Amino acid sequence: MNYWDLFHATLPVTALEIAALVVLIVDLGLLRRASLKVRVTTAALLGVAGCGAALWGLTLSAGQSIGVNFELPLLAESGGTVAAQAGILILTALTLLLLIDSVFTRHVGEYVSVVLMAASGGLIVAAAQDLLVIFIGLELLSLGLYILTAFAKSSGKSAEAALKYYLFGGMSAAFLLFGFSYFYGLTGSTNLKQIQWSMTASGASPMFYVAWILVVAGLGFKVAAVPFHLWAPDTYEGAPAPAAAFIASVSKVASFALLLTISMNWFVQSGPITGQRGVVTAALRQYYATWPPLATILLVVAAASMIVGNLAALAQVSVRRLLAYSAIAHAGYILLGIAAHPVYQGQGRLIEWAEGNIGPAYLSANAVLYYVLTYGLTTIGAFGVVAVVERATGSDRMDAFLGLHKRNPVLAGVLLVLFLSLAGIPSLVGFWAKFNLFAAVLGASAGAAPFALVALAVALSAVSLYYYLQVLKRAYVMPAVDETPIKAHPVTLAVLVLIAAAVVGLGCFPALLQGWIAGCYPVG
Amino acid sequence: MLAWTIYLSFAGALLQALLPKGKAELARWLALGFAVAGLALAVAGFAAGMGQGRTVIVDLPWVPSMGIHFLLAADGISRVLVLLTGLAAVAGVLFSWNIELRTNEFFAFFLALIGGVYGVFLSFDLFLLFVFYEIAIVPKYFLISIWGSTRREYAAMKLALYSFAGSAMVLIGLLAAYATSGSHSTGLIALAQAGLPVSFQMWCFPLVFTGFAILAGMWPFHTWAPTGHVAAPTAASMLLAGVVMKLGAYGCLRVGIALFPRGLDPWGFSFIGLGSWRDVFALLAVIGIVYGALVALAQTDFKFVIGYSSVSHMGFVLLGLMTLNQIGMTGAVLQMFSHGVIAGLLFAIVGRIVYERTHTRQLAELETMHLSKRLPFAAWAFVIAGMASMGLPGFSGFVAELQVLVGAWKVNPWWVIAAGVGIVVGIAYTWRALQKAFFSDAPPSPHLNEPGHELAAITWPEVTGVVLLTGASLVVGLYPRILLDTIEPAVKALLAGGGQ
Repeated sequence: MNYWDLFHATLPVTALEIAALVVLIVDLGLLRRASLKVRVTTAALLGVAGCGAALWGLTLSAGQSIGVNFELPLLAESGGTVAAQAGILILTALTLLLLIDSVFTRHVGEYVSVVLMAASGGLIVAAAQDLLVIFIGLELLSLGLYILTAFAKSSGKSAEAALKYYLFGGMSAAFLLFGFSYFYGLTGSTNLKQIQWSMTASGASPMFYVAWILVVAGLGFKVAAVPFHLWAPDTYEGAPAPAAAFIASVSKVASFALLLTISMNWFVQSGPITGQRGVVTAALRQYYATWPPLATILLVVAAASMIVGNLAALAQVSVRRLLAYSAIAHAGYILLGIAAHPVYQGQGRLIEWAEGNIGPAYLSANAVLYYVLTYGLTTIGAFGVVAVVERATGSDRMDAFLGLHKRNPVLAGVLLVLFLSLAGIPSLVGFWAKFNLFAAVLGASAGAAPFALVALAVALSAVSLYYYLQVLKRAYVMPAVDETPIKAHPVTLAVLVLIAAAVVGLGCFPALLQGWIAGCYPVG
Repeated sequence: MLAWTIYLSFAGALLQALLPKGKAELARWLALGFAVAGLALAVAGFAAGMGQGRTVIVDLPWVPSMGIHFLLAADGISRVLVLLTGLAAVAGVLFSWNIELRTNEFFAFFLALIGGVYGVFLSFDLFLLFVFYEIAIVPKYFLISIWGSTRREYAAMKLALYSFAGSAMVLIGLLAAYATSGSHSTGLIALAQAGLPVSFQMWCFPLVFTGFAILAGMWPFHTWAPTGHVAAPTAASMLLAGVVMKLGAYGCLRVGIALFPRGLDPWGFSFIGLGSWRDVFALLAVIGIVYGALVALAQTDFKFVIGYSSVSHMGFVLLGLMTLNQIGMTGAVLQMFSHGVIAGLLFAIVGRIVYERTHTRQLAELETMHLSKRLPFAAWAFVIAGMASMGLPGFSGFVAELQVLVGAWKVNPWWVIAAGVGIVVGIAYTWRALQKAFFSDAPPSPHLNEPGHELAAITWPEVTGVVLLTGASLVVGLYPRILLDTIEPAVKALLAGGGQ
């Protein structure tokens, strides 16, 4: 490996870091005396340009891997990674565009550069193939998120949310690192592939269970899965809206991409447990034959997230908290898709079943990426609407949305589309996301357990319609208390309409995005 | 050609949503234009399809990775129900001519609902059908909760959650069927021919059938129907009873029975006289017939009488489906058409013609108003609609229910005897409502002749709507072959297990 290869493979990350520095220089150097409006616009546009440059860099670096040993790369730009990274960049650009209308801070240069650095952390996470690189990427991402949450300095809620997020986050990072150290101790390597080979060769020891649980605890925190979800409602409520949108979308995409990478490597059946005796190991050994341990852990977490998220959302009066609990529920659905990753089965039927280039291993990965990307898009739009309403009414409670269809019909229309998509109504993109995912789960593993979980997920998404309708009811049905029009910045409005149009368009032509994601995978 | 009914309705909905506020008159005429165009297409499609089997209209790959096609086709059953939808749409617009609140939004939701309904009746791909089926749910919620009356938010939410719960059951069943079949096609015909394992059909059939039957108002999942009908604005109750409940019944037939025919086989054991899912659902249908009629007899609210009568009449549809023989199922499809027209007419009279003038639906208050003298048009329209609803010869209901009963007799005479009780009670509740609301000789209310209590004159949209719906019921009643010739071959093909 030489420096040129390194540079080539990390072009997108480099582009983002350079953009972050440029933003700082321009904002703190050139625009010191400019008005806040000019500074916000410049910083946001520079940030968007940085994302654009990184996207372009992504097209150049696609297919590259770096590492001392080609077989055991540190970072791999391949398959779903490219789709996830492109998604991260596009979603980051959208959250930056929503910043133009915001007034929560005067330090816009710092804000934008922290966003860009966090996004570059996301890029690394999505591509990482090595435990240490994973950890560095995650910390880069997380530290950025803590800062972003605390950015509204005049708001006590923001500080509270950031502190909670930081303390929980630090704890979960410790768990993750502890888990990683077990893997290193058990296999003598930090590379995902190498660990997999060692596991296959030696047979898994029950110690792996401990390690897996620790890792799932760490990553479960990142994706806000139950029981590691406690930070989410407070953070979503307290963080400035663009930051909350960033946390809810970009950070999710990166973390789920990482979970995909891990599960694709570690789900491979690693043989019966050897060497140990005792009741527990015997029971484990029997069970092990049907479900890989990591999948089992993920299934439990997924079911808990779906149930807790959907039921807790029913009781919320704050729309931000509602979005947080709905995010937990969505994380549950996605984890279900990851847990049902069919690598360990690889029946021929699946290859026949999926037309085109998608092999069995990629089928559910494809569905998971589709879900995460479209969910991120929708949730950014939802936070955008909440931000506009919040600025006009000073509250994010459901009653702040009363009569929205009169106060700003466009905003109400966007809200309608996005919330119905989150509820999974066809023909919006949220429906296809759920549909693909559930079909992939059922297609990957026949049997009563996956079917029961899918049935649970579908039933709970019927429940979710209730709380989404609660907000829409206020926007469309109930009489308005205050009928003064709500004004939104034209750029914000344009971004929101664009997102809504994408949600409708991708929903009417679901094959577009699917085809693109599938096209990222190597043929064969 | 028929596919344009879908596109036109959605285009109309979009246009209405973009219409500036305060152009109520324009919105009305536009809506009428789109509805009439839809009806014209439906009639033309019906006429062109006479004597033909299933014809494919559009077939494009939609989600290639899963084999989902945008497959629109029409057979006899579809054509009849599309015709019904066209009629209900035109009548619905005519009877919502007086809506002043957010008129363009009302018609936007209305046309979106109509578009979804057309879509369901024309889809021959499993998942395309499901997509249209769900598209029809959301507009209902807004139509009822914004423009409705009595406890509208409660009723709208109840209806939306019942519908969504039903469609969740359907989705689970469909996903399971798709994964089990291992087929690369999701076309209804292809899946039906793929032959799912019997044991799978045995548990998947009740799941999917119940999911759809919730929307068809099957007892004991019917409770959304009366509250929804009563709360909904007139046009929405007409659509709910007229076509939306038919969506459920159609799904039961087109997906439930056609895809899982072996799910109706005997279990091999008998539990309190029930030996198969067929017995179970037939029993529920018969209970629905009798229960709906009895409850309708006890109502004090005029609209609730009609609401429960819908549950009773939809019971005939489900009973007809469970006969699984040619005559019973033909009767079921004809009953869908017939009830769609008649229920629409009844709701229009009660909700629009009477309620909008008297501002009450309480039979006790209507008694004192002597409406037969003051609104003779409404009284005679209700007499005709009531006769049609009772199933008197000469109206479509007679032919349909007769066929269902004959079909049912061949299978199990007890079903017919029980359903007969429902018919007798049906005559009683219609008679009671007619007498109380229009022809009562109770002492008149003292306020009757005071100034400000005159009833507005009947308007042209009301007359047109009543004539349209009554005409449809009479034509089919006097010359049932006009629909039967189209329905029978389609039912035969469906029973034969193919689609040709």
